[in-house]
Amino acid sequence: MSMNSDLTPTHPEFGPEQVVLLESLCNASGVSGDEGEVRKIVLEQMRPFAHMLKVDALGNVLVTRQGTGENRLRVMVSAHMDEVGFMLVEDNDNGLFTFAKVGGIDVRHLSGKSILVGCDHVPGVIGAKPIHLTTREERRHPIPIDAMRIDLGPEGSSKAKIGQHAVFATRFQLSGPSLMAKALDNRQGVATLIELVKHAPDNIDLLAAFTVQEEIGARGARVAAYALNPDLAIVVDTTPANDLPTWDGAENTAYNTRLGAGPAVYLADSSTLSDPRLVRYIMSTAEDEGIPYQLRQPGGGGTDAGTIHKQRMGIPSISISMPCRYLHTAICVARLEDWKNTLALLQAVLKRLPGTILLDPRQ
Amino acid sequence: MLSVSGLSGDESPIASLIQEAWKPLVNEISLSRLGSLHGLRYGIAPLPRPRLILSTHMDAIGLMVTGAVDGFLRITEVGGVDARILPGQPVIIHGRVALPGVVVQPPSRLLPEAYKDDPVGIEYLWVDTGLEPADVAEKVRVGDQVSFAQVPIDLAGNAICGHSLDNRASVAAATVCLQGLQQRAHAWDVWAVASVQEEETLGGALTSPFEIRPDLAIVVDVTFAKGPGSSDYGAFPLGKGVSLGIGPNCHPALYKTMKELAEKLEIPIHIDVMPQMSGTDAMGIQIVAEGIPCVVLGIPLRYMHTPVEVVSLKDIERSGRLMAEFIAQLEPDYIEKITWDD
Repeated sequence: MSMNSDLTPTHPEFGPEQVVLLESLCNASGVSGDEGEVRKIVLEQMRPFAHMLKVDALGNVLVTRQGTGENRLRVMVSAHMDEVGFMLVEDNDNGLFTFAKVGGIDVRHLSGKSILVGCDHVPGVIGAKPIHLTTREERRHPIPIDAMRIDLGPEGSSKAKIGQHAVFATRFQLSGPSLMAKALDNRQGVATLIELVKHAPDNIDLLAAFTVQEEIGARGARVAAYALNPDLAIVVDTTPANDLPTWDGAENTAYNTRLGAGPAVYLADSSTLSDPRLVRYIMSTAEDEGIPYQLRQPGGGGTDAGTIHKQRMGIPSISISMPCRYLHTAICVARLEDWKNTLALLQAVLKRLPGTILLDPRQ
Repeated sequence: MLSVSGLSGDESPIASLIQEAWKPLVNEISLSRLGSLHGLRYGIAPLPRPRLILSTHMDAIGLMVTGAVDGFLRITEVGGVDARILPGQPVIIHGRVALPGVVVQPPSRLLPEAYKDDPVGIEYLWVDTGLEPADVAEKVRVGDQVSFAQVPIDLAGNAICGHSLDNRASVAAATVCLQGLQQRAHAWDVWAVASVQEEETLGGALTSPFEIRPDLAIVVDVTFAKGPGSSDYGAFPLGKGVSLGIGPNCHPALYKTMKELAEKLEIPIHIDVMPQMSGTDAMGIQIVAEGIPCVVLGIPLRYMHTPVEVVSLKDIERSGRLMAEFIAQLEPDYIEKITWDD
């Protein structure tokens, strides 16, 4: 635990420096339960800006910035640090390892990819049987994960051991208006929360939680919310943009969110019904400030809000996510503009937050 | 070689690179009408001198743009590609400018019902460039090639990983052979050929020998290495030696000479049984003009036709050395002395 005093509020920035930070966050390995590499970056970034900072029993990074105004609300803002990935579960000798998934990954995205193992980023591949040796019938079925191996090369068994994690080896890149990287879910949220803390407004107590184990049940957020004991919570995450053309050219009515349409405000997902006062407040703030936003199509999925809102006696919660294509695959695609607008909206939401918002009628 | 494209039908990027590497090692260098690279290194036998082809195909498998909808590109395969390795694959679109992209599997709700859990056919995959539709329309056209963007990786234990190691591992082996011949007197003229279109039409293999008219051909290609998904008799241990083909594409006398030479030199070899077609340039070369005797060598490679093919550097060196020794020991009248043991 450490203490900083003497921090005055400033305005969040969005430029090359933030993109470089996001790049290092995305390229870092941080599979659920093994978030150390990301945590290290977060701690480095947050130490100079925290009134209080601690790493809890699960590995969450909790940072508080105390405000100065009267009737300050305690506002938790949470972004998960972990990503989906793999764990080496059996050493088959000669550099070949059986592996298991950590988090929700479609097995159809694994074969033919390069990966990195452990904190030393030992390079390896997940291969596939040569097409020449497969049958048409075989190609109609996904390659089962137990038929795949992580291959680190003939002498690879000396470079890794079971229990270590692996991630896709994708390197961050920009393409026109877009970002392409692994783990944009949720390093984009982490980068956003870092900026919010650096420029915390003084009308609230900002309680930032960089959480662990979201991808395996939002477990870090549950204990973080208990420890921080906030009045309300806002979760910053990414959400699927399923805004592709349909196979038969019919209207895509199940897009969830669209890239380029701005931050996605949650009304309901599988684990949370957003607090209506927060929904109304966020929408009116975006409209007042002229910041584009979209409503995420209500439906499946879940965020840290799922465990936060049921902590203690209940914590009014909402999620604001950045639209992102191809979450939980080797390469996600997001828009710089959506990130910028999400940061702007969150900053405005915090800065203008009325101390009396929770006294408003729910409907 | 693993960082440039050169898909079947447009091999020029890789051809230029190989040309630079071979230029100091050969006496003459030229391109065939279909784009195969021919490097001639003179022998020392009196004219008319016997000649051989050292054939390695340089083309690679990949993808091609077939259409676009709202800035998303439809694709088909160039060469044999298992669509199951494509979702999430980084690629480069060779449009008016080279563009990064990723092959994506659409969310199941946007696909026909049959693809909910099963592999999605290549006709339903997209390439996403991250660019706005108007920008894509300006830069990409139907027919543009799409190559894999996987960067080469060094793996533990002298192994290398990358796309197109089929067959650039063999081009490297041919280069090792040409380097080895710098210090050796050899009777025969050596035509090193980096051939085109092996993965599609055998266009290079069927035409270069007609122009060169060799007395024999050494074909070096990759073969299957034992590993996940490949454990039967047709696969060989990685890094434990070169394979030597036996079967209808392979001339028995050349096979015997190569086998005895490898044993003498203590270069480990594995017999690669090829009951029908060898799956190499030898399929084409053997039937050019009045017919050409072929010997087929293989470098064991894992995960063939994926962007993460793996070979052992040791096997590349071994096959290069074996070929150089084979060429150096050829007597000028070797072909005349070949007899059928009938």
